[in-house]
Amino acid sequence: MIESHGLTKRLGGRAVVSDVTFACAPGTVTGFLGPNGAGKTTTMRMLCGLSDPDAGHAEILGGPYRALPNPGRRVGILLDASAQHGGRRGQETLTLSALTMGADPKRVPELLDRVGLEKRAARQRVKAYSLGMRQRLGIANALIGDPEVLILDEPANGLDPEGMRWMRGLLRDFADRGGTVLLSSHLLHEVEAVADQLLIIGGGKIVAAGTREELLAGAGTLVRAADDAPALASAMASAGLTARAHPEGGFIVEAEPEEVGRAALAGGVALSRLGPSESAGLEQLFFDLTSGAPDAPTPAPADLQETVR
Amino acid sequence: MSTATARFDDPLSPRSADAAREHRPSLATLTRVELRKMYDTRAGFWLLLICVLLTLLVAVLSGLFDDTDKHTLSSIFNGTSQVVTLLLPIVGILLVTSEWSQRTAQVTFTLVPRRGRVLAAKVSASVVLALVAFAVALVLAAVGTALDPASDGAWSLSAGVLAQTAFYIVISTLMGVALGAAILLSAPAIVASFVLPIGFSVATNLIPGLDGAARWLDSGTTLPDLTDHIYSAHAWARVATTLLLWLALPMAIGAWRFLRGEIR
Repeated sequence: MIESHGLTKRLGGRAVVSDVTFACAPGTVTGFLGPNGAGKTTTMRMLCGLSDPDAGHAEILGGPYRALPNPGRRVGILLDASAQHGGRRGQETLTLSALTMGADPKRVPELLDRVGLEKRAARQRVKAYSLGMRQRLGIANALIGDPEVLILDEPANGLDPEGMRWMRGLLRDFADRGGTVLLSSHLLHEVEAVADQLLIIGGGKIVAAGTREELLAGAGTLVRAADDAPALASAMASAGLTARAHPEGGFIVEAEPEEVGRAALAGGVALSRLGPSESAGLEQLFFDLTSGAPDAPTPAPADLQETVR
Repeated sequence: MSTATARFDDPLSPRSADAAREHRPSLATLTRVELRKMYDTRAGFWLLLICVLLTLLVAVLSGLFDDTDKHTLSSIFNGTSQVVTLLLPIVGILLVTSEWSQRTAQVTFTLVPRRGRVLAAKVSASVVLALVAFAVALVLAAVGTALDPASDGAWSLSAGVLAQTAFYIVISTLMGVALGAAILLSAPAIVASFVLPIGFSVATNLIPGLDGAARWLDSGTTLPDLTDHIYSAHAWARVATTLLLWLALPMAIGAWRFLRGEIR
């Protein structure tokens, strides 16, 4: 159980997080979405007691994080995969955490295996790790105390598609066994497949929260012409429907699929796709909701890169 | 929220009645972890190995080439322990600063949110390290002495000087921890640990009227003879004032920064 009650953080007179309230229930995965600089990391740092909020408070498992006697055994945290000692071997990094929290260091090899770090990699210094390997090590580090809650900041950053799929499976499994998961991302597609609940943050404020279906209700229809896109656009216009171009081709139309289909038929346009906008709509929604942030990046999903610290 | 609601079973480790789950890690546990951090990195391992090798070198060279009447355990131990007091402060500094430079403080402080316990563990681990180094310096000094023992009193050793030497090695290491915590950056802290005492010494010797301060505050004057002869009460008073400046002050600044500093 994770609860945030009006968390607010000001840095240099500017509110980087303001009045952020949400709750994550056991058995669910919550995706915390927002562009870089929206306040995701700052919020998570406040949840984990690394940063003091200027207003509001957070509770993990019923109390402040710092009040947990042995937090490593209840809450698994990965805030920054690059925050590891470069001169330490991967397996030693995990052993230190296990010893600190009184977990059995004998679990280290099986955990390394579970996150896909081979024996050779486990003996390497972390300095030699790729970002993806550091993420895997960080996830193993979060799991080593056998926790009930996972808080992961951008865990998919640096993972290849296979790694992302693996991580989604791991988080789903963790939640299905009663665990609570909060994971952040600036990329919608990384979390939408696994998250039961989405929190969208922009400019330090929660701009939308709910299940995928709740957020998508009324998000429109995605329609794509088989060959003649301009004809489709004019067909929508002549039917009096509002359509806007989707970045990956086709249009998002603010109407039900049936209505859009009839309009296309009337215009004599062959379609290659027609249906609820789903992820396309969610992506648009994501950018619509977060683009009001003063320093939000331009909505070009492929170009979004995590800034290297 | 009761803890019962969120329990779940990990097939890898059936969650038995594991007492450690609800127990704060003890200071002894945290001290063991901090000791491990001293040698489990590449830099830490080599630094400690170099400490041992340099100490051995001093012991062997003194045992072979110094005047034969100085081939005594007390004389050679005086030399090996001086080497140790030069190098251990660096280990103490890195024990604190590497948490910031390598950003491992983020993990350390999420596992142990009460940062005062982490600092206490680092201090106690440093004391343990200093006592181990004391024993190593003594053993290596014995090796050096055995090479060509002086004919007279080669193996006599004053218990008082032994205790003073142990004390000197401990406070030297802790001065490193304190400076590391006060500066929180590895290279500047190591440079400061050498430059500040020397600079202070030079300044107080050159500037007229400051020689009085030097007698009470210059760590290069008041401390090193701890390994040589038993201190009088007057000399101990000078040790105390020196430690106020070189240990208590940086430790106070360091504790404040360690406990309150923003973790990136």
